[in-house]
Amino acid sequence: MKIGHIASNTFKESVREKVLYNLLLFALLMIASSLVLSEISIGQERKIIIDLGLSAVSLFGTMIAIFIGIGLVYKEIDKRTIYSLLAKPIHRWEFILGKYLGLLFTLLVNVAVMTAAIYAALFYLERGLQWSHGLILWAVLLIFFELALTTSLALMFSSFSTPLLSAAFTFFLWIIGHFNADLKHFGNLTESSFVSGLCDVLYYLLPNYGNFNIIQPVAHLEPVTASFVGTSVAYGLLYVALVLGCSLIIFQHRNFK
Amino acid sequence: MKVIELRDLTKDFQIGFFRKKPFRALDHLCLEVEEGEIFGFLGPNGAGKTTTLKILMRLLYPTSGSAWILERPISDVSVHARIGYLPESPYFYDYLTGEEFLSYCGRIFGFGPREVRRRTADLLDAVGIGDARLLPLRKYSKGMLQRIGVAQALINDPRVLFLDEPMSGLDPLGRREVREIILQQRQRGVTVFFSSHILPDVESLCDRVAILNRGRLVDCGKLTDILRMEITSLELVATNVAPPQSTQLERLALQANRLGERLHLRMADDGVVEQSLRLIREGKGKLISINPVRESLEDYFLKAMDQSDARDPGQGGTEKREAGS
Repeated sequence: MKIGHIASNTFKESVREKVLYNLLLFALLMIASSLVLSEISIGQERKIIIDLGLSAVSLFGTMIAIFIGIGLVYKEIDKRTIYSLLAKPIHRWEFILGKYLGLLFTLLVNVAVMTAAIYAALFYLERGLQWSHGLILWAVLLIFFELALTTSLALMFSSFSTPLLSAAFTFFLWIIGHFNADLKHFGNLTESSFVSGLCDVLYYLLPNYGNFNIIQPVAHLEPVTASFVGTSVAYGLLYVALVLGCSLIIFQHRNFK
Repeated sequence: MKVIELRDLTKDFQIGFFRKKPFRALDHLCLEVEEGEIFGFLGPNGAGKTTTLKILMRLLYPTSGSAWILERPISDVSVHARIGYLPESPYFYDYLTGEEFLSYCGRIFGFGPREVRRRTADLLDAVGIGDARLLPLRKYSKGMLQRIGVAQALINDPRVLFLDEPMSGLDPLGRREVREIILQQRQRGVTVFFSSHILPDVESLCDRVAILNRGRLVDCGKLTDILRMEITSLELVATNVAPPQSTQLERLALQANRLGERLHLRMADDGVVEQSLRLIREGKGKLISINPVRESLEDYFLKAMDQSDARDPGQGGTEKREAGS
């Protein structure tokens, strides 16, 4: 229950942040602009809307996760609000999980609003919706897990570092995570066993954001297998659990000077 | 019953970035506080007062030693349901209103919505900010933040109250209100442990005090035992004394201040006072008052600090004080 109260307060904190509305507005503008772009792409209208729309959900969701996530714990320590909170009967792990779930709920609401905008754009274009458009929800589900992973990384860095460094570390991992498959490919090509081994270690150690990206097949309304989605979700849950575990260990041992 | 017990509590910090140097913010501190006491925790900046409170609140881990609150180790989270804590210079969630903030604190303690509403309304009125309950905390003045801080520390009807500099930032009226709240809590049987720089407040409120310097306990005991109640000097005030006699009076005094025609003199004993009275008569002056001067907590505190510094000179005291505060 205490986790729920901390999460609800974190949600309240996030929805009172101006940056959230700015990012959401940009995302909605980007989705709306896909309608204009689709006008000049003959026969590709639907693809453009889904492609641009889902990319906006992923990109702006990531920005929200990073911008708000990096301040989640740091602000509590910097502004010393954590002092009166941790003196109350709560465990430090409850605090971390509460903060994480609070931001996740904020992201869920934002993703829901952006997804509704994509469907509204599709409805406007095709004068109705089809069952095949339901595929978009699979892509949104995986984007949400991608955001959950990014949030957990931002939270981990924010539990021991400054917002600027936390943003840099998270963004760095987000970039690398999108090229993780190339790392494996590079390892296979190289003749050095050391470099190949190193690439293998990094491939498994660093987050693989490729597992969550099904925007292209969904934009073409190609079927996506449930096993792929299930495996990606399981991967996301496991990675988030590991990252949150690290955050808890770091936070548990912190001294608040 | 020992409500707070510290045994050899020690805290070392590492200072410096590349070449880290250890320094001791708290040095084998032993302390016991009995049930129902108002206990004052005194010391200059960096003496280790806030460090001690932070260890008790689980915000810092001690390097060695142990501490108990209500006969439970401080690591036991359940004991924190029965205590209240006001941090030094409190800062709370500025996006919440006073009412929302207290409700949040109440819910953390597991109270239901109706109970939270009742406690929130009562406490906001008790600390005198009931009218500002719907105002975001970012619009609160320093004094109002201190009051909401006291309110959040009382939301769970604590058995032990820890207050870190509760009077700082308050105007005289606010200080009087906090003093009254502390006394009300004592009447309810609450043990109050508070650190303060404002010695008259400590003197008027506390049953016992502990004095800390450079992380070490300098003295601890009942105020009546610590402060010698005997008369240390006599303060004499006279006016319109003619110049030759007034100059002689100033020479006789331990300490003399002239305010216009008025002379404030601190005399060592009755014999000097007799001599002074004669001089006032001779100088055609008028005696306003003679008052005995007893040792105040401030006198004692300054003396204790001097003795402690003399026993332990150097040791990078300033550095320690700044880092440990």
